[in-house]
Order: sequence, then structure tokens, then C-alpha cells
Amino acid sequence: MKNKGLIIAGLVVFFIIALTPWWWNLVTGTKAKAPEPKLTAKAEAAKNCVESKDFMKKEHMQLLDQWREEVVRQERRTYVNTEGKSFDMSLTNTCLDCHSNKAEFCDSCHNYTSVRPYCFDCHNIPKEAN
Amino acid sequence: MDNSRRTFLKIAGIAAAGLTAAPAVTSLASSASPSKGGKVVRNPEALTAKHWGMVIDTRKLTTSADLEPIIEACHRIHNVPTFEDDLMMPQLPCRMAETESLKQSCEKVNEKIPKISSDKKRHEIKWIWEEEFHNLFPDQLNPYLTEHLEHLPFLTLCNHCANPSCVQACPTKATFQREDGIVLMDFHRCIGCRFCMAACPYGSRSFNFRDPRQGLKEINTAFPTRMKGVVEKCNFCAERLSKGQMPACVEASNGTILFGDLNDPESEVRKALKENYAVRRQPSLGTEPSVYYIL
Ligand code: SF4
Ligand code: SF4
Repeated sequence: MKNKGLIIAGLVVFFIIALTPWWWNLVTGTKAKAPEPKLTAKAEAAKNCVESKDFMKKEHMQLLDQWREEVVRQERRTYVNTEGKSFDMSLTNTCLDCHSNKAEFCDSCHNYTSVRPYCFDCHNIPKEAN
Repeated sequence: MDNSRRTFLKIAGIAAAGLTAAPAVTSLASSASPSKGGKVVRNPEALTAKHWGMVIDTRKLTTSADLEPIIEACHRIHNVPTFEDDLMMPQLPCRMAETESLKQSCEKVNEKIPKISSDKKRHEIKWIWEEEFHNLFPDQLNPYLTEHLEHLPFLTLCNHCANPSCVQACPTKATFQREDGIVLMDFHRCIGCRFCMAACPYGSRSFNFRDPRQGLKEINTAFPTRMKGVVEKCNFCAERLSKGQMPACVEASNGTILFGDLNDPESEVRKALKENYAVRRQPSLGTEPSVYYIL
């Protein structure tokens, strides 16, 4: 270990450079703005989605995955939520009927987290289709 | 030195075990979670059968004009595209564009891509279409067919075979058979390998070489479109049956196409088969088609 000093110095320089974005945010106090998905009047009036807001925030992807499996493969197309209310399990006709502002609602978060679901390659967005 | 390497490996090993176990534990926990939501049930009004089947009365469907509204009804509600011109070069996938302006310039480039219109059929997508006798029943060896059959236009679609070769060929289980006999496609799972197309002896499947939305003047929002690179075919209107409706072609046919339970001797289809001579396409292949033609 005769180059100990050099190695440590090199590592320090490396970490400073590699972590610049982090330092930058720390020093300047800038934070990436978290998205604020907008609700449509209809969604606002409904208060709850098919499940609670909290559940939907965390699990809408699992829920949709379950829906697609059930609808296509198991032929079960009605969702009865925890409060006993029934919904037609359809991305376009149920989800997007309420959240008809896809760009302001779905996309705002998806873009922020750089998630690109390809659901809409096939599933129609009512507004865009007409 | 040796000793410390040992301890290092030990700690690293434990850490690695912890790291690999953690996602497994969390996924176990979350795989159960959607069910802590609601429950899913069948639509109560859904039509059911032990084995769905179809009877096409060719005596009453004698001209192309008779078939046209039937084909139109199916293709319209299922967003089956019609391409007016053939592409010479592939187009850019503009839907992937991140911003609206990028998307617009991408579409502008696509518009400039040269098109040819010589062979409209090359990219054709069909769920139900017109075919002549010789293509429908190629093993009918009689070269002197009656005048009537020689010129009769036949409706053809996926036969929803009881023993479907397409299902056996599909490596991803995207094509599967329901308990009620319907051979269905899970478009989410299709990887476009086209094994099923090679396996189907009836040419009932089409491949989306192009983005189907480009071939649609109007989109029916009640049914999804498909994407480029996916195989598709008739689904016996599974989405309509689940709402208690008959298939679209049956509804548009004014009683010339019957649909019902082949396992039920009292059903309309069985009654029609009892009283009339009917044939199926290439029964010798053993696929057991569920579509019958009254001649
Ligand atoms: S007709 Fe072809 S696609 Fe339809 S079930 Fe039979 S083998 Fe499969
Ligand atoms: S093309 Fe799709 S449906 Fe056909 S065999 Fe391949 S994965 Fe299955």
C-alpha cells in the first residue's frame, strides 16, 4: 500500500464528482418539484376512486394488473370494492371516464417518475380517440 | 489479513442474503395486497354455455352484399383496421415521443415516408371475411362442383376449435382456450412470434405489421385497439357475451347465423344441426371446429 495517499485522494475526488447533483441540491436548496396530479370535477365529486386514495396511490398498478388478468383470462369483469360498490373493470371506460384528463392526472406522475406504461398503446383514451 | 478477509466475506454473505431475501419477503406481502381491496365477480347477466358454437346458413347468405354488413359490424366494433395504401418503409414509433412537439415532428416525418398502393392485402387484418368454396374446403376433391357452390361467397372466421392447434403452438399462453370453448387471445401477452399463425390450418389469424390505429377512421372506445407486432383474430365477441349480448355478426345477420351451446341438445344451434346437413372446415385435421356451415 505505498500509494495509499494517492488512492484515498483519488477516491475523495471521485465521490465529490459523482455526487455533484446531490451536493448541488443540498447547497442550493433546490428540490425537484413533486407532481400535483389534477382531478377532474367528476373525480372530485366522487371523492373516492374504486378504493381509497391511499390504496390507489400505492397499488393502482397491482389493481390494474389483477383486473387485466381477471377480465381477459377469468372472465370476471365486475369489481366489488371494500364498500360493496360495483364497477365495470375497464381501463378506458371506468378509470379514464372519471380521470378523463390523462395528461394532467396520469401523465404528470408517470413523467415525473419516468415510468412509461404502454397500456395506452392499445387502450383508448376517450378524448383523443374522438 | 487472512482473518479479516474471512470476516469481510462473512459479512458480505449475510448482507447479500439479506438483500435477496428482502424483496422476496416484501413481494410476498404485496402479492396478497390487491385482494385486500375488493373482490371480482362475473357479470350476473353474462351468457354462458358448456361449449359455444356457431351455425352459418349459407343458403340464406348468397351474395357478397349479404356478407358485407356482417363483416362491417364485427370490424367496426373491434377496431379492425383497413389500410388503403401499403407502406414501403416502416414508420417511426411516434407514440414514444416524450413531448407533444417531438410527436408532431415525428408524425411529419412519417407523412413523408413513401407509400405504395399496389397490394392492399399485404397488411390486411381480418376477423371475419369472405372466402370461396375451394379455399374453405380444400380437401373436397370433387373438381366438378355444383354451379351454386362454385360461386357462393362463404363467411369465414376463427373456428374456435375444440382441439385448437394454435393454443398448443403458443409459447407464452397468450392464446388459450376458455372452459366454454372460446379460443381467446390475451393481447397483453402476445410476443408476436406468429407460431400460432403457422399452426392454424385455417388462416384465421392476422399479424399487425403496422400500427392498427393508422388504419382506423373511427375508433370504438368501448374496445381496445391492438399494437404493432401482435397477432389477432375473432374472439366470438367474448366482451359482448359477458354483457348478455349475442356476437355482433349474429346480430347483424338477421337470423342467418346462429350461436349457442353445442352441448345443449335443446339449443338453437343443435336444433338447426338436427334438421339440416352441415359441414365443418377440414374435419380430418382433428382440430374439431365449432363453426358449422349448412349447405
Ligand atoms: S381456427 Fe385457427 S386460430 Fe381459430 S381456434 Fe382453430 S386453430 Fe386456433
Ligand atoms: S404470436 Fe402471440 S399468440 Fe401467436 S404464438 Fe406467438 S405469442 Fe402466442
